[in-house]
Amino acid sequence: MSVKTRLPVGEEAIREKGWIGAHRFLLLRRLSQAFFLVLFLLGPWFGLWWVTGTLAGSRTFGVLPLTDPLVLLQGMVAGHWPEFTALLGAIIVLVAYGLIGGRVYCSWVCPINPVTDAAHWLHDKLGMPKGWQPKRNTRFWILGAVLAASAITGTVAWELINPITMLHRGLVFGMGFAWALVVAVFLFDLVVARRGWCGHVCPVGAFYSLVGARSLLRVSAANRQACDDCMDCYAVCPEQQVISPALKGKPGETPIILSPDCTNCGRCIDVCSVDVFAFTHRYDQRVVPLTEPAAPPATRNAA
Amino acid sequence: MPAAGGKPRSTDRRRFLRDAARAAGGCAIAGMGLTYLARDARALPAEALRPPGALPEDDFLAACIRCGLCVRDCPYDTLKLAELGEDGPATGTPYFTARDVPCEMCEDIPCVAACPTGALDPALDDIDDAEMGVAVLVDQENCLNFLGLRCDVCYRVCPVIDKAITLELRHNEVSGHHAIFAPTVHADHCTGCGMCEKSCVLPEATIKVLPMRLARGSSAEHYRRGWEEKELKGAPVVEGIIDLPDRLPGPGTDNLVAPGGFDPAFKLPGAGQ
Repeated sequence: MSVKTRLPVGEEAIREKGWIGAHRFLLLRRLSQAFFLVLFLLGPWFGLWWVTGTLAGSRTFGVLPLTDPLVLLQGMVAGHWPEFTALLGAIIVLVAYGLIGGRVYCSWVCPINPVTDAAHWLHDKLGMPKGWQPKRNTRFWILGAVLAASAITGTVAWELINPITMLHRGLVFGMGFAWALVVAVFLFDLVVARRGWCGHVCPVGAFYSLVGARSLLRVSAANRQACDDCMDCYAVCPEQQVISPALKGKPGETPIILSPDCTNCGRCIDVCSVDVFAFTHRYDQRVVPLTEPAAPPATRNAA
Repeated sequence: MPAAGGKPRSTDRRRFLRDAARAAGGCAIAGMGLTYLARDARALPAEALRPPGALPEDDFLAACIRCGLCVRDCPYDTLKLAELGEDGPATGTPYFTARDVPCEMCEDIPCVAACPTGALDPALDDIDDAEMGVAVLVDQENCLNFLGLRCDVCYRVCPVIDKAITLELRHNEVSGHHAIFAPTVHADHCTGCGMCEKSCVLPEATIKVLPMRLARGSSAEHYRRGWEEKELKGAPVVEGIIDLPDRLPGPGTDNLVAPGGFDPAFKLPGAGQ
């Protein structure tokens, strides 16, 4: 164990699976983030209006409406009952994320994710202390406060500071001083709170974790018997608390990561040299039985 | 036994209450900050006009999701999305500045059709009914028409010409024998498209589109206009009033000096008969 934990995070996986193999989902995720951004930029940059609008509300190929359900909910709390188009768009989004995991939005679509990931990377490089770590439920309180502020002021309150839509709208329409908010989020994650914004504060993430609380697509620690306690998955996971119940579950307990906090980013799958984790559906209770019962416990005992 | 069981429970409760109070306090502070921001953001600058069919500003800010679809579907690039810290309106909401690019009043109103939430009211089906603002001739002293010239540009470009803007003739006191063709806006017909403001030939437009709240006064609710009431009723509003002949002063009447027909005790010299 001591030999392994002294290796840099992910090093063992790179040796076992190659660099590409150990960064598969990270690469896919960056591609996905770029894809969703470029979809919106095709119009303003190249005149290809396949997708118009922003993440708050869009129209694809002139027919498919998509609406950010949280933005719409704030509007409804503020006293406006929207037209059918926006409602339909929100329902489509809710159903999609309800199936694939609400926080898939956070890790695969949200343009702020690369910003906070970069902040975390630098945070690690500089060996900064983790700083202020608010309680896990803080973001739900903030979500409540945002809805209350919308109701009190009769406006879509979070949109006044929401760095996600600010950045996205900034790139697609015109930035103004929205970049300042993005820098603020970066600095917040770098010097104030490690993984602070996405993991503790952002009410959009909180909302989507509620949306995906019963989602089908899940990561399973099906091969948890093979775990050699290298802790790399904990090191890369943006929501570390979701791993233990599945990975350290006793026989008979589910290997599925059921916490709605999990963003389905797949980094744990990448970084595991013994392939403990895999994407599956939430009703898949299979646990890979121990094939060679002697070997892994022996390693552990020796350490 | 009860003491041993009770003690941790009470510290647990205390911790729970403290944490809850802390979270609630933090959120209250953050929420109040956001509320302040939201209230502040409701002030719309006078030169920023909302697209056709926009709900009244208070409702609009609840309804608009800042998606930008109206901006994309505006064929004349009239509409813009407000950028943080650069434009006055709430960030991400659509607006236009008449002096830069006025609204061309498309008959199919694509911006309204594009709006997914109804922040631009789909009930607006005739662009002539739009009320984006009202043109006001804010500076008669510099308006060329008021100076006696026949500029007429604001009148000529008005898409609702002869209804929203008319030229009202009046005597030109300066020259003494010319007319002033005063551009006159009729708010009932003006859509606030801003063509007049855009086209005003002067360095700073003397006719400007202002938002309703600045451009219009309002009549008191209990005021009635006698002539309108009379027309509605088809008869005098108060019955039984005898209409006596009006006696005007002047030669050939018995009322030579003042209404009432008093014969003045003192006659001005030279006043004659």
